[in-house]
Amino acid sequence: MDIRAGLQSGDKRACARLISMVENEDEQAIGILKELYGLTGKARVIGITGPPGAGKSTVTDKLAKLLRQQGKKVGIVAVDPTSPFTGGAILGDRVRMTDLSTDPGVFIRSMGTRGALGGLSKAAHGAVKVLDIFGMDYIFIETVGVGQSEVDIVRLADTVIMVAVPGLGDDIQAIKAGIMEIGDVFAVNKSDRDGAERTATELEMMLDFNIRSQYRPPVINIIAKDNKDVDKLLEAVEKHYVYLVNSGELSQRKKNSIKNEIIDIFKYAMVKAIEEKSQSSSFIEQLISDTVDKRLDPYTAAAKLVEEFRSR
Amino acid sequence: MFDKEKVTQIKEAADNWENTVIAKTLAKAPEKKPEFKNSSDITVKRVYTPADVAELDYERDLSFPGEYPYTRGVQPTMYRGKSWTMRQYAGFATAEESNKRYKYLLEQGQTGLSVAFDLPTQIGYDSDHPLSEGEVGKVGVAIDSLKDMEILFDGIPLDKVSTSMTINAPASVLLAMYIAVAEKQGITPDKLSGTIQNDILKEYIARGTYIFPVEPSMRLITNIFEYCSSNVPKWNTISISGYHIREAGSSAAQEVAFTLADGIAYVEAAIKTGLDVDDFAPRLSFFFNAHNDLFEEVAKFRAARRLWAKIMKDRFKAKSPKSWMLRFHTQTGGSTLTAQQPDNNIVRVAIQTLAAVLGGTQSLHTNSKDEALALPTEDSVRIALRTQQIVDNESGVTETIDPLAGSYYVESLTTQIEDKAVEYIRKIDELGGAARAIERGYVQQEIQDSAYRYQMEIESGERVIVGMNKFKVSEEAPKGLLKVDPIVGELQVKKLAELRASRENAKVEAALEALRKAAQSEENLMPYIIEAVRTYGTLGEICGVLREVFGEYQQTVIL
Amino acid sequence: MDRPIRVIVAKPGLDGHDRGAKVVARALRDAGMEVIYTGLRQTPEQIVETAIQEDADCVAMSILSGAHNHLFPKVVRLLKEKGADDILVVGGGVIPEDDIPGLIEAGIAAIFTPGTPTSVTIDFIKSNIKRS
Repeated sequence: MDIRAGLQSGDKRACARLISMVENEDEQAIGILKELYGLTGKARVIGITGPPGAGKSTVTDKLAKLLRQQGKKVGIVAVDPTSPFTGGAILGDRVRMTDLSTDPGVFIRSMGTRGALGGLSKAAHGAVKVLDIFGMDYIFIETVGVGQSEVDIVRLADTVIMVAVPGLGDDIQAIKAGIMEIGDVFAVNKSDRDGAERTATELEMMLDFNIRSQYRPPVINIIAKDNKDVDKLLEAVEKHYVYLVNSGELSQRKKNSIKNEIIDIFKYAMVKAIEEKSQSSSFIEQLISDTVDKRLDPYTAAAKLVEEFRSR
Repeated sequence: MFDKEKVTQIKEAADNWENTVIAKTLAKAPEKKPEFKNSSDITVKRVYTPADVAELDYERDLSFPGEYPYTRGVQPTMYRGKSWTMRQYAGFATAEESNKRYKYLLEQGQTGLSVAFDLPTQIGYDSDHPLSEGEVGKVGVAIDSLKDMEILFDGIPLDKVSTSMTINAPASVLLAMYIAVAEKQGITPDKLSGTIQNDILKEYIARGTYIFPVEPSMRLITNIFEYCSSNVPKWNTISISGYHIREAGSSAAQEVAFTLADGIAYVEAAIKTGLDVDDFAPRLSFFFNAHNDLFEEVAKFRAARRLWAKIMKDRFKAKSPKSWMLRFHTQTGGSTLTAQQPDNNIVRVAIQTLAAVLGGTQSLHTNSKDEALALPTEDSVRIALRTQQIVDNESGVTETIDPLAGSYYVESLTTQIEDKAVEYIRKIDELGGAARAIERGYVQQEIQDSAYRYQMEIESGERVIVGMNKFKVSEEAPKGLLKVDPIVGELQVKKLAELRASRENAKVEAALEALRKAAQSEENLMPYIIEAVRTYGTLGEICGVLREVFGEYQQTVIL
Repeated sequence: MDRPIRVIVAKPGLDGHDRGAKVVARALRDAGMEVIYTGLRQTPEQIVETAIQEDADCVAMSILSGAHNHLFPKVVRLLKEKGADDILVVGGGVIPEDDIPGLIEAGIAAIFTPGTPTSVTIDFIKSNIKRS
């Protein structure tokens, strides 16, 4: 299959294959991305996160449909956790997006976290680039908002939607602990349920304590499954984008995102190099056993490792 | 049931026996397994004694047949008075062919009809809908309009038979058609008896033929309760089903728990619309599975009856004894049948028949030996029916009521299953009731965990399925299986086109419009559906209107 | 490069009995595969589109309603039309022995009938996927 040609002629198979190759760290894929890097940066990237059961996939489904009505092409990357024990995963987000799967202007890709160090974030970055090159106008990245790797993924988005839901109790605490800072738009889904008002109020209160710029993230009540007020949510996303552009924060974010990506790739390369080295060289083995025997401490051992790399 | 002193003595003697005789025996020859457990995760003891039922109070916990809490049965004379209804689930291809099979079954001594519908009918699509492709007439009969229903019951007097219809999401429409067919036979609705399954919650949990979201589905169900209580008083308006929950892989205790939790949700919904509990509760019926663990199954049925009686009396304050009674239909376990050595299935079904009868069922469908392979042939359906007739007429188990009562083992199991069910129901209540627990995927998760565990036990050989993972033979492919001619789909589509061309379409439109308006209001929809059916509006058209107003259910998948 | 095998587990048609599909999905996951679960009521078109976008190695379908002769071959045909016939297609469910040769002929690589251990399905997929 000629992937370059396929990408440019809109062949979904080529796009799908390239994403796999990126995910599998295929050298050829990185070559293609290097070559086509100039074509990236056109798509709007939107992160969607929130606790399990909040209805993220349904929200994504409805937003995508609204955008399709406006003639926009939509890419979706849905991330689910990989089992740390078996390396397998069940990726079930498509269940909520059944009608989108045959829409020619939509591309949905499920992805497992695969547990590799920094691997997911890299794979997700890669997938977004591929979908961007493939000509998607909007790209959604959907993750479960719990771990650091999810936060990393969401960082590459222009706008992050935090989906909350009434009646999950302690989740507000979890939001507060981790993801509050990165939410640009808050959606209270299933807002016909008891406790919706309270959830919204709590979010507003937390936002009061969390002022980081002149932009204040809005809190929007929706019922995604009935498509109620999802248009308002999209409006808020658009407004946030306007703010990003006007305030100059967009270029700052892009810069940060690129910086993060470079550092991620670098870190990953370093870790890999060290891993490879530790298999072949007695140098690292020696450092480890010296530390075990208390002849060295981990700080000194790490410093020696840095020195060793520098000198080469 | 025993005095305290005596129980203490027996306990001591049992301990003594365990420590001496058993300890010695085990030292020489260990038992086959370190622990014996049933599907409900209850440890089965080596032997049961009065000490295991020491807390049991005869009058409180068992009482007499036909008396609260109905542990021993809902009728005072049970099968001594009247045998259970032998009801074979049947239906395939076209209404014409199914009509022939019904007449055959009635000639063979079957006493009630049980209609199986094809999947498009069950999901409210006409035979010409794109999603119906390949499915028309496959797992049951295809019904598109009143026309098909007239053919289905042609020559069968609806005031003389009781008819059970396995239909859920569009139950209101099929019931409306049944009422309309009766009308044409000159029979008024008050003379009709039968059952519609009408149990949407278990569709969300296990069976998958849902259409609408939870709230409008519950509304349709309570509309039926209300309509029937004044117009079709002998009709069982719902058959709250554990059958499919069990087929999806649940344990016996989960089957009781989730079925009764669904039952609670229906009762609550009906009460919320302003119905009096004693007006509709007597028409609630249940539908359970029968698997191979004979004693666990019998205990399950007894536990379900006792627990439901308590729920209705204590939780819902029902006053009529008829509201307290759990009446149920049983079907033998489809998932217990093997594709390998299918004749062995006859034996399994016989054991399951015994379980249902010893458990006091009101009606029974016995599966045919070839059901793991295809739809049953006439011959294998006859063997299945004969199995019931042999148990009824030759085995002697029907001569006395609830013959296993007082068995230390069965009574102890009955109590333990009830306790487990109570615990599950408490948990479901905490989650906000059955509907919410299903939307969250809690119930499905519990069932899937059991199903996966069961599969792994089979694969490790820990659980033996004769002919499948042990005692295998190489065998030839079975011959003479029933096949539905693919032409059925075309025939049905043709019939539908003719109907649409010949009926008075303006009348249909008007009836559908009236239905739409009613659906947008709070009105009872039954009269509007009956009217739409009379004009030969199709099932797909009627459900289509409701789909537009109500939307569709989104499945919760938790794996 | 050691990568997980990606499998679409799908329920084509209107049949809602998903016990088997779900048990298989879990077993495949426990065997280290990435399982994309589609849910109920999938059309052949949806299954094929999903398989393509997910760059799947295998499509595993389950039907208990008797619609297999219609739906399984249609999935194979559509995959071929889209140039995706390097994706392995397997099926399971209540499928009469008589129908199996026809399905194999139509391009379904294997049919797993009731009683098949999940380990057999897993091994078959592992040794028959067409891409390394």
